[in-house]
Amino acid sequence: MRKKSMLERIRRFGRSAIDVLAVLGRSFLFLLHSLVGRSGTGGGFQLLVRQLYSVGVLSLAIIVVSGVFIGMVLALQGFSILTKYGSEQAVGQMVALTLLRELGPVVTALLFAGRAGSALTAEIGNMKSTEQLSSLEMIGVDPLKYIVAPRLWAGFISLPLLALIFSVVGIWGGSWVAVDWLGVYEGSFWANMQNSVSFTDDVLNGVIKSLVFAFVVTWIAVFQGYDCEPTSEGISRATTKTVVYASLAVLGLDFILTALMFGDF
Amino acid sequence: MSVDNAYAVELKGVTFKRGSRSIFNNVDIRIPRGKVTGIMGPSGCGKTTLLRLMGAQLRPASGEVWVAGQNLPTLSRSDLFDARKQMGVLFQSGALFTDLDVFENVAFPLRVHTQLSDEMIRDIVLMKLQAVGLRGAIELMPDELSGGMKRRVALARAIALDPQILMYDEPFVGQDPIAMGVLVRLIRLLNDALGITSIVVSHDLAETASIADYIYVVGDGQVLGQGTPEELMGSDNPRIRQFMKGDPDGPVPFHFPAPDYRADLLGKR
Amino acid sequence: MQNRTLEIGVGLFLLAGILALILLALRVSGLSASPSSDTYKLYANFDNIAGLTVRAKVTMAGVTIGKVTAIDLDRDTFTGRVTLQLEKRVDNLPVDSTASILTAGLLGEKYIGISVGGEDAVLKDGATIHDTQSALVLEDLIGKFLLNTVGKEAK
Repeated sequence: MRKKSMLERIRRFGRSAIDVLAVLGRSFLFLLHSLVGRSGTGGGFQLLVRQLYSVGVLSLAIIVVSGVFIGMVLALQGFSILTKYGSEQAVGQMVALTLLRELGPVVTALLFAGRAGSALTAEIGNMKSTEQLSSLEMIGVDPLKYIVAPRLWAGFISLPLLALIFSVVGIWGGSWVAVDWLGVYEGSFWANMQNSVSFTDDVLNGVIKSLVFAFVVTWIAVFQGYDCEPTSEGISRATTKTVVYASLAVLGLDFILTALMFGDF
Repeated sequence: MSVDNAYAVELKGVTFKRGSRSIFNNVDIRIPRGKVTGIMGPSGCGKTTLLRLMGAQLRPASGEVWVAGQNLPTLSRSDLFDARKQMGVLFQSGALFTDLDVFENVAFPLRVHTQLSDEMIRDIVLMKLQAVGLRGAIELMPDELSGGMKRRVALARAIALDPQILMYDEPFVGQDPIAMGVLVRLIRLLNDALGITSIVVSHDLAETASIADYIYVVGDGQVLGQGTPEELMGSDNPRIRQFMKGDPDGPVPFHFPAPDYRADLLGKR
Repeated sequence: MQNRTLEIGVGLFLLAGILALILLALRVSGLSASPSSDTYKLYANFDNIAGLTVRAKVTMAGVTIGKVTAIDLDRDTFTGRVTLQLEKRVDNLPVDSTASILTAGLLGEKYIGISVGGEDAVLKDGATIHDTQSALVLEDLIGKFLLNTVGKEAK
């Protein structure tokens, strides 16, 4: 009896491993078919512009607002700690480095997953459940090229730009708190920042991070929508999965990328 | 062109499985060219699956699906998309593109598959919408249409490229009698006027029987019977009779398989 | 038309993103377009570089004139060998100039300060600064200070 249940447990473990592998395989094929090969239909650029609007422009508000606030909080916290050591001039460099290396790419990716990622999943899932995807297929248009590919590209392009904007408004918010409110000398605020921030090591590494996040978050979002069960519960489950998986992937990848970029090995 | 010119679609020995459960077992179906063929059967017997097999949206485990002289399961992904241009499908929900208005919905297949000028596309779209009686609705968005109107617009879109084969997935479900009457008339009209081969998948007996030239009854993963509506009405096969007459009990039992009622009630809890 | 506002929105969004990158490059990281051909290399050996890092700045009279590009150990002398990249416009450093490792503030970053010597000959590309002063290691300093006070009390 006990032996059998043990065997059963192993079987179930194997079963779920196979399921995970199957999903991974499907999602790779999905990505491959979406991005590689002829599109067959014109108007790709128009479609991309439309998606850039709904994925990028519509996420701008939340990114700018959270960027300003996070920059302001960083400046406040940094000031209260640094002032104990008499080096409150370093608040500028602290805000800039934190934003460029970590918070810019990571927080933007998390907000993007919540705002644009879930919307993408729900939109595609809805198209699937109302048979619009099937309908496209039967009209002879590949939904992977027509629906999925523009959304993937829009995500790849939007997220790094949003992360850059996030960092800039964050630094601006930080400078506003530190310089105008807490009275840090403006010259040393910026000079300290410029001395310690390197374009290649900090700014570009941040951009590389957000490119990786963009790829992963958009991929997860679009695939979850495309692969969801075409019912209302299926769509809501897929939307939740998008946010959870994308957030976990971003945080996990962030650790790996940080170790590779700043870990000195 | 085709293996046998009298038939537009031929399924030969098709087996389809979902997981380990087999939905169809070695099914042969031949759809005559230029006629209205009904595919009927109880809900959940895989009628829509059959339609998807014909449109090659699903791949059979074994067997051949011949449409217009091509064995669909053997085609490559891009050849398949080309082959589908000669098929039109009317989905159950209409499946209009929600971000496009009625005009653009009907114009969509023309825009992606032809190089026609805007005026030409406009003319064709108006003609197709006139055929379904909705030329006045070109500026409406899909969510402003009633269910019946959505299906008619979808029908106009399905015939935009003048397909040879038109498939209807449960066209009568959830329609009021007027909309139903309109659809029945449209299906017959389009079939006769354009010489299209029509395939109607439905479980609505009266409507399907009234327009179909030939009917297949499917169930339990196989073809239970075939013939003209009159032939089927007079069939001795008890399963077909139960379906055609709508008897609650028969070979398809009223009760879902369960242990003995008495034993279940009196047995240990 | 609706399409137009959409396209304008996307255009502005892309511009904002590019502008953000430029701002980060120029204002935040202080990137200036100076190709490496306008620089020359000097070497300096220190007994203890204690916390000096690559990219640390090299200053003279408080003005930044270059940066540290490499730090490695000299196998023969067991000293830290620092490669300095200096701007070409400062090509008149006398050969007996001194390089010292300094600290910005009490706990700030380490950087290299160069003080001018008096010779007429100047340092050429690839030359080595011999007169160096190592980093001030706080622990040593405290140690010395304590010894001193103990010594004084003993008297």
